Amino acid sequence: MAPLLLRTRLRAGHAISVVLTLIASLLGAGGALLALSGAAAERLEIVWNWPGGALSLQADGLAGVFLLSIHLIAGLTAVYGLEYWPLRHYPGHGRKLLFFSGLMTGAMTLIVLAGNGMLLLVAWEVMAISGYFLVTAESDKAGVPEAGWNYFIASHASGLLLLAFMAVLGHATGSYNFSDGAATGVDGPTANLLFILALAGFGIKAGIFPFHVWLPAAHANAPSHVSALFSGVVIKMGIYGLVRALWILPAPPAWWGAALLLLGGVTAVYGMAFAVNQQDIKRLLAYSSVENMGIVLMAIGVATLGKTANEPLWIALGLCAALLHVWNHSLFKPALFLGAGAVLHAAGTREMERLGGLAKSMPWTARVVLVGAVAICGLPPLNGFVSELLLYVGLFHVQGAATLSAWPAGAFAIGALSLTGGLALLCFTKLYGVVFSGVPRQVLDSTPRDPGWRMRAPMLLLAAACVLLGLAAPWLLPALGSVAGAWAPGLDVRLALEGAMETARGASVAAGLLLGSVAALWGALRWRARGALGRTMPTWGCGYTAGTPRIQYTASSFAQILAAQFEWLLHPITRTPRVDHLFPGPASFSQNTPDLILERALEPGARRIAEQMIRLRFLQHGRVQFYVLYLAVALILFLVLSQ
Amino acid sequence: MTAALLHSLFHVAAFCMLPPLFLGAINKTKALIAGRRGPALLQVYFDLFKLLRKDMVLSETTTGVFLAGPVVAVVTAIGAGLLTPVAGHGAPLVFAGDFVLFCYLLALGRFFTISAALDTGSPFEGMGAAREAAYSCLAEPALFVGLAALSHVSGSMTLSGIVEGTDIAPISVIALVAAAWFLVLLAENSRIPFDDPNTHLELTMIHEVMVLDHSGPAFGLVLYGAALKLFVMSALLSAVALPFGALHPLPGWAVFLCAMLAMAVIIGAVESGMARLRLNVAPKLLFCASLLSAFALVLLARA
Repeated sequence: MAPLLLRTRLRAGHAISVVLTLIASLLGAGGALLALSGAAAERLEIVWNWPGGALSLQADGLAGVFLLSIHLIAGLTAVYGLEYWPLRHYPGHGRKLLFFSGLMTGAMTLIVLAGNGMLLLVAWEVMAISGYFLVTAESDKAGVPEAGWNYFIASHASGLLLLAFMAVLGHATGSYNFSDGAATGVDGPTANLLFILALAGFGIKAGIFPFHVWLPAAHANAPSHVSALFSGVVIKMGIYGLVRALWILPAPPAWWGAALLLLGGVTAVYGMAFAVNQQDIKRLLAYSSVENMGIVLMAIGVATLGKTANEPLWIALGLCAALLHVWNHSLFKPALFLGAGAVLHAAGTREMERLGGLAKSMPWTARVVLVGAVAICGLPPLNGFVSELLLYVGLFHVQGAATLSAWPAGAFAIGALSLTGGLALLCFTKLYGVVFSGVPRQVLDSTPRDPGWRMRAPMLLLAAACVLLGLAAPWLLPALGSVAGAWAPGLDVRLALEGAMETARGASVAAGLLLGSVAALWGALRWRARGALGRTMPTWGCGYTAGTPRIQYTASSFAQILAAQFEWLLHPITRTPRVDHLFPGPASFSQNTPDLILERALEPGARRIAEQMIRLRFLQHGRVQFYVLYLAVALILFLVLSQ
Repeated sequence: MTAALLHSLFHVAAFCMLPPLFLGAINKTKALIAGRRGPALLQVYFDLFKLLRKDMVLSETTTGVFLAGPVVAVVTAIGAGLLTPVAGHGAPLVFAGDFVLFCYLLALGRFFTISAALDTGSPFEGMGAAREAAYSCLAEPALFVGLAALSHVSGSMTLSGIVEGTDIAPISVIALVAAAWFLVLLAENSRIPFDDPNTHLELTMIHEVMVLDHSGPAFGLVLYGAALKLFVMSALLSAVALPFGALHPLPGWAVFLCAMLAMAVIIGAVESGMARLRLNVAPKLLFCASLLSAFALVLLARA
């Protein structure tokens, strides 16, 4: 709240508010660690004159998992913002940005702590609205208002669905209590309805296909440190809500888990297929967030099926994979977004086709992005590998259980996850290779340089955490396992966790060996190459000596083979020049891939509805007394109906 | 205990020392089918020693990633070799989920090979990198769905257990998965019909074109890493295809060596018998490989 109180002219205003944010983050992260280590949930109940009952807060392990990443990322992005978005350069919306990011962090804290459905809804709305102001910070730039509207509409759809969820929950259980086991008594059809409402309502926030439509534009158009906050933690609120909702609902039928696996698989492949074909760094990263949420959804599906089939090992594997991936994604995705911000800051563009060769002039940013890219592909020895490994083992257990009717969904998810892994590798070698390798494709006004320490330190910390978590998984798993144990009361998850621990230990040992031997051999080769380092030559052009930077392979051409295979899904808009004369003039080629669901389904559909709605125009004539009449009629109608 | 240790040591030695010989056997087969005498069986070793002694030339556009490419490729292929079971005894490293590590280690090697190719800024190497990334992306589902089919039979979560379980699997399932994995093997190792390892004409290739700028010891590592990867994947395929899971360790090694020789002859024969596919047809063959693996699962669903 500090920026509201501080005058714009005050030079230290920004620093003071960042220091306050850091203090709050440290407190929040400390509380999260306490919640994670404590076996029993801390509760706080305040009786309040409030529709829906008491103001109830609970800090259990699940809340701790999410609190930790909220406060880590909020703190780091605030420090990054000091240099990236300094108040004195952006007097217009700098304060707005500071205020709403603080407000959003507070709202998210309240969401994960809320033990009461109504309280959660209020915090949810606060988060959604402050998010709107953050996305539209630069509302004078092209594309930003549209992205903001998209986000706003999607957030409200999500809010409405959750309102319906809470209403049904309240009707079925008699209270808005939103803590463990609150709704175990509800009957089958109501439980199914609640599941669908939760999946859609929380799914919109998490960016699950086909509810992801708001996500790419919002993440691409927000300032980079806000994108990091969005991708790192805000979309995770949807995951939190879904896990919590599955906690309070009764024993799930097999189709819930199967639906989660199928939806997660489709989301992951869809997100990555679109990410591969983006030429805007931040849009690419945003689509990859869609993919990662699909992976988390699959992991939740494994855990849900574990509840159905009474298999504690599946719950341990599935929920540990989901929560670990939530942590992992909140480390490598902000690292990549902050890296993209540094590139945008230094080079002035986020179009990959204009960049290139930045590893020479921005070595630190290049290292961070390389670590983030390896981690996000789920490759050993970094953190992304551990969660994908646990998920794979869980999926293999599911598909191996021939007695379970949902096992084909597990097999589908394995296929989807492996295709996603391959696509991710293509996508992120393209990101690193096109932006940082080779030579610059365009002459820039000034040589791009690495940012100062206030932007560099958060990026480096996040990259270091990616390496550390890849090695330290066996020490983190017990904490996550006790959350999984509380999530499935009655099943001995603690014992089954030993199975997951074996896998995590294997991954950790492999990561250590891999890091050590690669470093040793790389050092040896480097030492052997010491003579060659001093007298370098141009890249061999295969006999062609008049090459320019423009003949380097571009981002579009790198993805072309796959774009051709996935044309039925992507529908790229391609402008190919006609080259028909003997000496053709200059020509240009362009390709962009707008979102399929947004452009082909939602926008035409909405336009058609709007056209139909014109017929109802006669109701809206501007005479106030008639509006009052409408209100009265509606009120009477509701009173009659509720009898 | 000491027997197990000895086997592990022998395993490491075999997987580190034999791959160049394997490549030599393939080349010899191809030469014999073509009616030539061909290079010596140990020619690849001679090439490696020659390259290790040579000096290096580095491109001025490259960074540390360029040298990391060959290094990571070699280390990850050796790592995958440590996870590969051999008939009669399991792999030296076994844990639940090690098959994921196996696949992801190979993927890590690919990540850095591609990044090293892009690091040069050469359009030719960019082309090779793009093809490698696209083909391997389509090959990945065939590998994993095949693993799923085999683990569905054995109920095991380790590569050694999965391979041992093929003794009881229906022959049709084994045949489908083996066919799919053979296509994956050819694609991942840039062999005919996906790529021609013999051409050095820049525009026709995938793997060779990605390493145009590597020279001297770095190129030696590239060559060695490629041979390792081919050897490891062939070893896995032969272990799956042959029902010798419960064999005594010593004859197990004999079976392993014979099986690898047979693999070399098969690969050499395939390469002699067909031409490289057109670039836009190759992905369809990989889709077929994924479908073969999926059919294996469908067969299991019926059973």
